[in-house]
Amino acid sequence: MSPGDAPLAGYGDQLIEGLLLTLEVSLCSYAIGSLFGLLGAAAKLARWRSVRYCAGLYTTLVRALPELLLVLLAFYLLAARVEQFGVVVSPFAVAVMALGFIQGAYITEVLRAAVLAIPRGQREAAEALNLRPLTYLCRVVAPQALRHALGGLGNIWLNATKDASLISVLGIFADVLKVSSLAAAATKRYVFFYAVAGACFLAITLVSMTLVERLRRHLGRAYLT
Amino acid sequence: MSFSWEFLLRGVLPPLLTAVPVTLALTLLSAFGSALLGVPLALGLGAAARWRRWPAEIYALLMRGTPMLVQIYMIYYGLGSLLPRAWMRHSWASPMLRDPFWYGLLALTLNETAYVAVILKSGLDAIPRGQREAASALGMSHMSTLTRILLPQALDAVFPMLANEFILLLKSTVLVSTITIFDVLGTANAIRFETLRVDEPLVGAALVYVVLVGTITWIFGPIERRLRRHL
Repeated sequence: MSPGDAPLAGYGDQLIEGLLLTLEVSLCSYAIGSLFGLLGAAAKLARWRSVRYCAGLYTTLVRALPELLLVLLAFYLLAARVEQFGVVVSPFAVAVMALGFIQGAYITEVLRAAVLAIPRGQREAAEALNLRPLTYLCRVVAPQALRHALGGLGNIWLNATKDASLISVLGIFADVLKVSSLAAAATKRYVFFYAVAGACFLAITLVSMTLVERLRRHLGRAYLT
Repeated sequence: MSFSWEFLLRGVLPPLLTAVPVTLALTLLSAFGSALLGVPLALGLGAAARWRRWPAEIYALLMRGTPMLVQIYMIYYGLGSLLPRAWMRHSWASPMLRDPFWYGLLALTLNETAYVAVILKSGLDAIPRGQREAASALGMSHMSTLTRILLPQALDAVFPMLANEFILLLKSTVLVSTITIFDVLGTANAIRFETLRVDEPLVGAALVYVVLVGTITWIFGPIERRLRRHL
């Protein structure tokens, strides 16, 4: 049997590599998004109005601009400008930063709401107990906020895996969707190869949903819900 | 190459503005379609019988679990091999099948339906069970229970979520620019390839989307407050 007769027409290895690239991009962009989100939430809850204003501008802009447009702006505007100064940034880094910037705005909102859900009395109690601010943040705020935020963070992760497919439009990444498109165009089996791409993303979604559910039970174990 | 405001105002914004109706048509038509299809799907998601619930759940999972881009490609490139060729060439649908707009609209509608249905279901779930029982005790038919008791309350409850979803829908219309539909981003890309100037078309498109989303938020705000006045 020649490679052309096999169900995947010899594209199997490339598809697996593409899937790995998609996962890498998702994970890295989510990690950077968490960083942006932490900074954003801290800025939104800050005492200074100008800092809150900047964070508000960030989340508003990201929510108003289409994701694909933001990715294109990052590649053709920002990365090109940076390169004029002689700094070479890898396409992977640009993609991950752009997608992370997008996830970060949504994570900002989720974290802000999660922190605000913690009753005020706890802060007063912490002050009464003379806890240091850092201890209060790590031992009181973080564990509870994480539990509140988990649902929202899980949804944003699912979006991050799906948004990772946007990089296929740029034509410089062989992610799972791009490989599927190439295979589909070469073999004329469009339905099959796009179904394969869809199945890959669906598999990521299903595995993620199971893991988030487990984590939810783990974090909620003290609450008997 | 420096950024030229002159080119942005004279060469980029006028064609982008003529593409705004395409983006708005895609958004409004798919919002309308998904509102219509979303109701039966929401009822399916909330159904007690498995044979009604499972198909709805599988549909919602497929649409929400895969990227919109995959769905758009699947419909644009794949529909041709699923439909009989003769029918595609000679039927009432032939003119539509030659125009990528309808593929984009179909993909957007099918995708959005799943999201709308999940939101509607959460609204329906919030209505106390007793109301359905009261309606059936009064002898109301299923249809009038739905249109006069359940949907008005569900829509009231989930309006902010639907408004938010509408903005997400507007933003996801840009993905159809990948199948040669000249919406705002598609037009910006066309200018990019024709003039080899990158900055102004992308900045212009960003401006147009910010204004569009701002306008929608501005329209929805008072409606939302009006709906909340009795809460």
